[in-house]
Amino acid sequence: MSGILRYSLKRLCLLLVTMLLVSFLTFLAFEMVSGDPARTMLGTEATEAQITALQQELGLDKPFLVRYVRWFCGFFSGDLGLSYSYRQPVWNLIAPKLELTLWLSLMSFALTVIISIPLGIFSYHLTGGIWDWPRTAFNQLCMAIPPFFTGILVSWEFGIILRLFTPGDFPNIHTNFPGALLHLFFGAVCLSIPRIAMTVRMMRATVISEMNKAYVRTAISRGNDRHSVLTRHVLKNAMVSVVPFLGQTLAELFGAGIVVEQVLGIPGLGRFLVTSISHRDYPVVQAIVVILAFWVVLAGTAADLIDQAIDPRLRTSGPSGQFGGAAG
Amino acid sequence: MKKKINGYLLAGLIITGIILIAILVGAFWTPYSPTAMKYGRFQPPSFSHLFGTDNFGRDIFSRVLKGAGTTFSIALSTVAIGALAGTVIGAVTGYFGGLADDILMRMNDALTAFPSFLLALLVVSLVGPGNKYSVVIALGLVFIPSFARVMRTEYASLRNQNYVTGARLMGVGSIRLLSVHLLPNTIRVLLPAVTIGFNNAVLAEASMSFLGIGVTPPDASLGYMLSEAQGMIAAGPWYAIFTGSTIVLLVFGVGLIGEGLQARNREVD
Amino acid sequence: MKKRFLAISLAAALIAMLFTGCGGQGTEPASAKPAETAAAESPAVQQTGHMASNEVAIGIAQDFDSLDPDYMTAAGTKEILFNVFEGLVKPASNGEIVPAVASEITKADDGLSYTFTLRQGVRFHNGDPVEMKDVVYSIERRWKDADPAAQLAALSVIESLEHDDSTLTIRLSEPSNEFLAAVMNCYILPAGYDSQETAPVGTGPFRFVSRAVQDHMILERFEDYWGTPAKLDKVTFKILENAEGLVLGLQSGALDLVAHLSSDQTAQLNKSDFEIAEGSMNLVQALYLNNAEKPFDDVRVRQALCYAVDKQAVIDLAFDGYGIPLGTSMFPSFSKYYDESLTDYYTLDVEKAKELLKEAGYPDGFEMTITVPSNYTPHVNTATVLVELLREIGVKATVQPVDWGTWLEEVYGNRHFQSTVTGLTSDNMTARKLLERFGSDVGNNFTNYSNPEYDEILAQALRTADDAQQTALYRQLERNLTENAANVYLQDMADLVAVRKGLEGLTFYPVYVLDLSPLSWNG
Repeated sequence: MSGILRYSLKRLCLLLVTMLLVSFLTFLAFEMVSGDPARTMLGTEATEAQITALQQELGLDKPFLVRYVRWFCGFFSGDLGLSYSYRQPVWNLIAPKLELTLWLSLMSFALTVIISIPLGIFSYHLTGGIWDWPRTAFNQLCMAIPPFFTGILVSWEFGIILRLFTPGDFPNIHTNFPGALLHLFFGAVCLSIPRIAMTVRMMRATVISEMNKAYVRTAISRGNDRHSVLTRHVLKNAMVSVVPFLGQTLAELFGAGIVVEQVLGIPGLGRFLVTSISHRDYPVVQAIVVILAFWVVLAGTAADLIDQAIDPRLRTSGPSGQFGGAAG
Repeated sequence: MKKKINGYLLAGLIITGIILIAILVGAFWTPYSPTAMKYGRFQPPSFSHLFGTDNFGRDIFSRVLKGAGTTFSIALSTVAIGALAGTVIGAVTGYFGGLADDILMRMNDALTAFPSFLLALLVVSLVGPGNKYSVVIALGLVFIPSFARVMRTEYASLRNQNYVTGARLMGVGSIRLLSVHLLPNTIRVLLPAVTIGFNNAVLAEASMSFLGIGVTPPDASLGYMLSEAQGMIAAGPWYAIFTGSTIVLLVFGVGLIGEGLQARNREVD
Repeated sequence: MKKRFLAISLAAALIAMLFTGCGGQGTEPASAKPAETAAAESPAVQQTGHMASNEVAIGIAQDFDSLDPDYMTAAGTKEILFNVFEGLVKPASNGEIVPAVASEITKADDGLSYTFTLRQGVRFHNGDPVEMKDVVYSIERRWKDADPAAQLAALSVIESLEHDDSTLTIRLSEPSNEFLAAVMNCYILPAGYDSQETAPVGTGPFRFVSRAVQDHMILERFEDYWGTPAKLDKVTFKILENAEGLVLGLQSGALDLVAHLSSDQTAQLNKSDFEIAEGSMNLVQALYLNNAEKPFDDVRVRQALCYAVDKQAVIDLAFDGYGIPLGTSMFPSFSKYYDESLTDYYTLDVEKAKELLKEAGYPDGFEMTITVPSNYTPHVNTATVLVELLREIGVKATVQPVDWGTWLEEVYGNRHFQSTVTGLTSDNMTARKLLERFGSDVGNNFTNYSNPEYDEILAQALRTADDAQQTALYRQLERNLTENAANVYLQDMADLVAVRKGLEGLTFYPVYVLDLSPLSWNG
């Protein structure tokens, strides 16, 4: 019991530290980025006096740390503040977009998991044969397709030619759920293709290295057939390395979705983030960034817990990762 | 077995080689001026304009030749920054471990959540909007943690090797140990990482251009061209198709090289 | 064994899900159509559907910002909320200012006071009658409200307000020919009402129904409107930030009207379904030069650029030929002030341009950057073409796209730039707005244009109360800008509006507004 407690405490600290770090970095970034919210809000017709006055009203004339602490206290009392450009509570603006982005991320994650795990095992069986070459080449090709390129092609093929959906015209998810889901599905497919390829590759490599291990050789030499060894022992052990990888994928999907949302016109969180950054709408950006941080830690924690369930010997370890993050 | 492994490497080198030759040729000669706007708007691909023309009546083939060069050099410099800084950080944290290690991991989480769009904006305002290196710096920063992580693992595993302990006992200084003794041994991990990093840099640069902060139009990168092409997908789909396919081919070629390198590593093991 | 069975059945279920998911792609055309029909309806049904229900769906490329009229800054928001809010006076399509919430306006002979008579029977959208207290509240809010963000700089000439139940007299500290234009932008709102943000209430022909950020806004006809009532029952604005989204929306029948399209977009529309109306954006698009920055502090260099840039080439290459070339900071809609002869003051002359550069000490040209806001494609495209044109005279220009926030701060605010492409407008239908900004000490003179003669004429023009004299002076200012090549003037951009056949009454204004009340379905 105390183990669980200690673990949750550790994770909670991790979450706090990450959120703190990210929100502070964002704050710091805005401090240095040129562009002033008051000026952006007032537009080109504003006088300098108006801009100064608005800066005072928004508290932008206060020292950096004061503003950060103020935001931080607000955040912990559940107040995300008012959006500068819409003058509405940030949470009201974000909530519907969060819903869409969650759908998109989870959908593409589901696609990735459902397709890549069986395919990874299948791909192991192809190792060494004449299929080795085309399999690897195809895998590499899929990894090379950027989601927004797929997005452009999908919106052209399925949107403009086949008219299955209208890029940019996202159906209301509450009144037209199937339509919205279909639109999101196209986005999820674009996002998943390279991720599936990466996971399959990873899965296959893990299974191969696992199959070469002593315990497998022993089991086979004792007369167990390869297949049952694979399904009974190897897969379980392979999953231990694949799960953190999937966790990292889940964490990255959220951010990677930004570009796809932009291409297909899904009014999600990512798209809102980009416009809010452009408009220097700090409260909105802060809130979204913190949600992202929460998501990243959550995905890591989930991967961790699943790993421990698979293999109780595992002590806690951080999520394993890929090189670089997709831009977003 | 040996022959097949080199197959990936060979195929990758051939594809990348062809692209590199095209880039080199494009640097000195293109069939048409890549910026001249006099070939007729939205001409579909033909023998005189292999990839057609765009909304300004520019020859897309010539633009792709130039753009591939821009993209290639940006991705290369990005990876260079990432690999260099990442190796240093990875060496220090991996070899010494402890607090630096923890901080690295937290920074990594933070960076995954930190919007790289904002990071790019930050770099742009720090080095000035007119600076053509801003993209490279921004992307380079994004790529440091992933390299750092790979190198950290590698250094941590090398630390306990006999020859390292031996060298340490013989009084070899830490810096010399890390750079002279350990570094060559990390190359086998670093090289595949560089190829994967290169590919991610190409894709990240493209996404960044796509969101509106990228290189300037006269020497457009493939990513910038693709973002231009998106707005005219109905009027001239060939623009997006050829530009996007070039990105895919470039990434594919380098990916195969990486695959070949990794396969060779496995073979050595 | 049990576990294995479980795993297999789970995998089977997942694969089944996958196949139904993938199969969706193949079978969707048949199965999804009914769902889509329900939501958006097929083109033919849609057309009669919108026509039958007497409503219109309009596509908008950029989201609205704050709906509180005193805080909204986006031109696109003002453009549409013109239908919801009115001032004491409002603009008419011929460029005149006509009475609205006031029924009568009298200007004192000395020009120092205006008297407005409150129109009888005007109601707010919430049903309350408009009373003098509302008018006073609305004007005071923008004149000297505690929140400076809401203040209208042009109202600062007010000295005092005097009112009884039916008339309001505003005294000014100095005569101002633009005062009525300022009053026009000062909307009449219910006194003390504080939910304008989420539920705007005004007096216009349409009332606000609902809005979802980055998604849509719905307006309905206001039945108790004091003037000519609107013909449509309902107008839905759909925000589609993708260029193709707008075109597809029109093609599919989901949208009936989209303004500000590019020629590439309108080219994709079927001419038998749509009428393409061509108006003008009423803005001065130019390559604005930082006159304080080298080499643009030299008039010869600026003139050289003017000789090098063929305006028509820009319009042809970046706008497919749509647009009216301009030669100064004035556009044709302001016909009273517009001096057409200035358009051809500089004609393409590469030799002369090179000669001027040589005289100025740049025989081999120079390098320059054109900073453009990356979210305004027309300006980015224009800059791309300019780079090509300037190459002819040896000037190596590069385009630097920056995001909107950076542009506002660095270029417009701090004036840290060499050159930029943008469009300057006059949101209150006055020539003053276009010309005053080039005075040496004016706050928004971001081009740093400084010309003593210009300052003198400007001061004279602002002082004079005589309209004819003022017009003549404004024309002198225009000539001054052209002769000194303050900027490389390009064009008044075309406003291409796609209107579904059968929808009539689209009216262009010399200000950036879309008047919904005359729109109606024919047949």
